[in-house]
Amino acid sequence: MTDSYNITAKPRSKIRDVWDQFKSHKGALLGAIIFFSIVLLVMIGPFLWPFDANQIDIRSRNQGPSLLHPFGTDQLGRDTLARMMAGGRTSIAVGLAAMALSLFFGSFIGVTAGFYKKLDGILMRITDLFLSLPLLPLLLVMMLLFREPLSEAYGPERGMFVLIVVSIGITSWMPTARIVRADVLALKEREFVLAAKASGTSDTLIILRHIMPNVLSPIMVSATLGIANGIITESALSFLGLGFPPDFPTWGRLLNDAVDYIQQYPERVFWPGLAISLTVLSINYLGDGLRDALDPRMRKR
Amino acid sequence: MLSFISRRLLISIPTLIIISLVIFLLLNLAPNDPMAQVPLTVPPEVKQKMREALGLGQPLYIQFLKWLIQFFWIEPQVFIDYLFDTSFSEGKQRVISWQTRSPVMDIIVQRMPQTLWVVGMSYVVGILIAIPIGIYSAYKQYSVFDQVGTFVTMIGYSVPPFFTGVFVIVIFSVQLGWLPSIYDTTHSVVDWETFKIQLKQMVMPVMVLALQTTAMINRFMRATMLDNLNQDYVRTARAKGLSEWTVVMIHVLRNSMIPVITVIALNVPAIFGGAIITEQVFKVNGIGQQLIGAIYANDLPTVQTITFMFAVLIVLFNLLADIIYGILDPRIRYD
Repeated sequence: MTDSYNITAKPRSKIRDVWDQFKSHKGALLGAIIFFSIVLLVMIGPFLWPFDANQIDIRSRNQGPSLLHPFGTDQLGRDTLARMMAGGRTSIAVGLAAMALSLFFGSFIGVTAGFYKKLDGILMRITDLFLSLPLLPLLLVMMLLFREPLSEAYGPERGMFVLIVVSIGITSWMPTARIVRADVLALKEREFVLAAKASGTSDTLIILRHIMPNVLSPIMVSATLGIANGIITESALSFLGLGFPPDFPTWGRLLNDAVDYIQQYPERVFWPGLAISLTVLSINYLGDGLRDALDPRMRKR
Repeated sequence: MLSFISRRLLISIPTLIIISLVIFLLLNLAPNDPMAQVPLTVPPEVKQKMREALGLGQPLYIQFLKWLIQFFWIEPQVFIDYLFDTSFSEGKQRVISWQTRSPVMDIIVQRMPQTLWVVGMSYVVGILIAIPIGIYSAYKQYSVFDQVGTFVTMIGYSVPPFFTGVFVIVIFSVQLGWLPSIYDTTHSVVDWETFKIQLKQMVMPVMVLALQTTAMINRFMRATMLDNLNQDYVRTARAKGLSEWTVVMIHVLRNSMIPVITVIALNVPAIFGGAIITEQVFKVNGIGQQLIGAIYANDLPTVQTITFMFAVLIVLFNLLADIIYGILDPRIRYD
C-alpha cells in the first residue's frame, strides 16, 4: 500500500508547486532577491539618505568615494549615491510602466486574435508588420518628433516619461501577442471552454474567467522580460541623449554624463552601468526561473 | 520550391510599402513644422527646391507617392548611372539632406563601409565563437563548462552595449592605454604597421558587438543541440557503432544548424540596430552615427531614408531566412 502515503499528505496548491520549483533554481532565487533589493533600495533609499539628487554643492565637486559620499560626487558636487537612487527610481518606473502597457496591448491583441477567428488574420499581419519595423531608429524618431509637444502638454519630465513609456509600450508588445495567441488557440478547443459556451456564457466572461487565468503564465514570463527590455531601452535612449532632460537623473543619463569625464574620472561610469546590468541580469534570471516553475512539464514531483 | 519563394517574395512587397507608409506618416504627421529647423542661411531658392523635393504643401498621398518614386525609381537610376556610366537620372530630383544639401544616398554610400566593416566583422567573430561553445555546452550539459558558458551568455544578454563599450574603454584605453578609444575611419591600411593600428582600433567595437551576437547564438545553438541529442536517430547512430565525433559533429550538428542558420539570418538587422549605439560609443562615423546626427539636426529626409533602409534590411533578411529554412528543411516547403 504505497498509496497511503499520498492520501495522508495534504493537497498541494498550484502556487506551492510553482514556488517549490522556483526555489530549486538557485539563479532565479538569487535574481529575485537582488531585483527586489534594488527596487526596495531605490524606493525607500531617497527618504533615508540625507542628500538630495539635485542638491548642488559646488565646493565638494568631483570628490572620490568617502564616508560622506560613498560613491563620490559629480562635477556639480551632487551626491552620486543619491543620484543613483533617484535614477533607479525613474528607470525602474519606466521599465514597470512600459511593461504594463506592452503586456496590455500584447495580451489584448493575442487573446482577440486567438479567440475570434475573423480577426486573427488581420491582427497577426499587424503583428508581423510591427516586427519588421526598425524599432530603435523609430524610437529615436519618436523622441525627436514628440518631445516638444508632450513637454509643453505635461511638463518636461512627465511629458518625457509618458513619451518614453508609450513608445516602448507600442514597440514591444509583439512577442507577448504571439505567445498568448498560440496559447489561446489551444485553450479555445478545450472542454471547459466548450462547456462554458454551451451554458450560455458570454464571450467576454469566457475570456475573463476561463481563458485569462490559463494564459497567465506566459504573460508573467513576458512581464519579466518586458521590465528588462524597458529598462535597457530607456537607458539606451538616455545614453544617446534623447531621453529625459539633462538635470533629471536616470541610469542611462548618469552613464551618458559620466562618459564625458571618462578620461579624468573613469570610475564614474561604473556605478550606473553596474546598476543597469545587475538589474537586467537579475530580472532575466528571475524570468528564466519563472518560466521553468510555471511549466508543469518542468516541475519535478 | 519556386512557388514557395515567389509566394514569400510577393508577401514582402506590400509589407515594405506599408512600412514605408508608417515611417512616412510618423515623420509627416508629427506636430512640428519640418521647415522650421532649416537654418536661415539656406537661400530661399534652395528652400523652395527642398520644399519641392519633399512635395510639401501638396496632399499627403502625393507627397508619399513622390517619396516612393524618389526612393525606388530615381535612386536606383543613379546607381545604374554610377555603375555603367549612363545618364538615366540626369536632372531628376533626388532625396536631398537638409544638413549637407547633398543627396542622402551619397552620404550613406560614404558611411556604409565603416558600418559594414565593424558590424560584419563582429557578426562573423560572434558566430565563430558561439557555435563551438554551444555545441560543447550541449554535449556536456550541466558541466562546469556549460555553467560558465550559460552565465557568460546571460551576461552578454543582459549587459547593454553602451555599458560594455564604455567599460572596455575605461579598462583598455584609459587605465591600460593599450587601445585607442576612438575609431579613426580616415586610417588606411598600407603596410604591416598600419594594419596593426587598424586591428587595434577594431578590437573593442568588434568584441563589444560580438558579445551580443555570441550570447544570442550560443543560447540558441545549445538549445537546438540539446533537442537533437535526445532524439532516437542519435541512439540509432550510436548503436550502429559510429564514432562519437561522427554522431555529434555530422548527424546532430547538421540537423541543429537548420534553425541556427535561420536565426543568424534573422538577426542581421538587429545587429545593425545595435551598431547605432556601439558606433556612438566608439565614435565610428558609420550609418548609425549619421542617423543620430540627422536626428539631432532635424534632418528629416536623412532620418526617413536611413530608417526605411533599416526596414528594407529587416524584410530582406526575413525573406532570406524563410528561403534558407525552406531549402534546408523540406518539411517547411510544403506547408
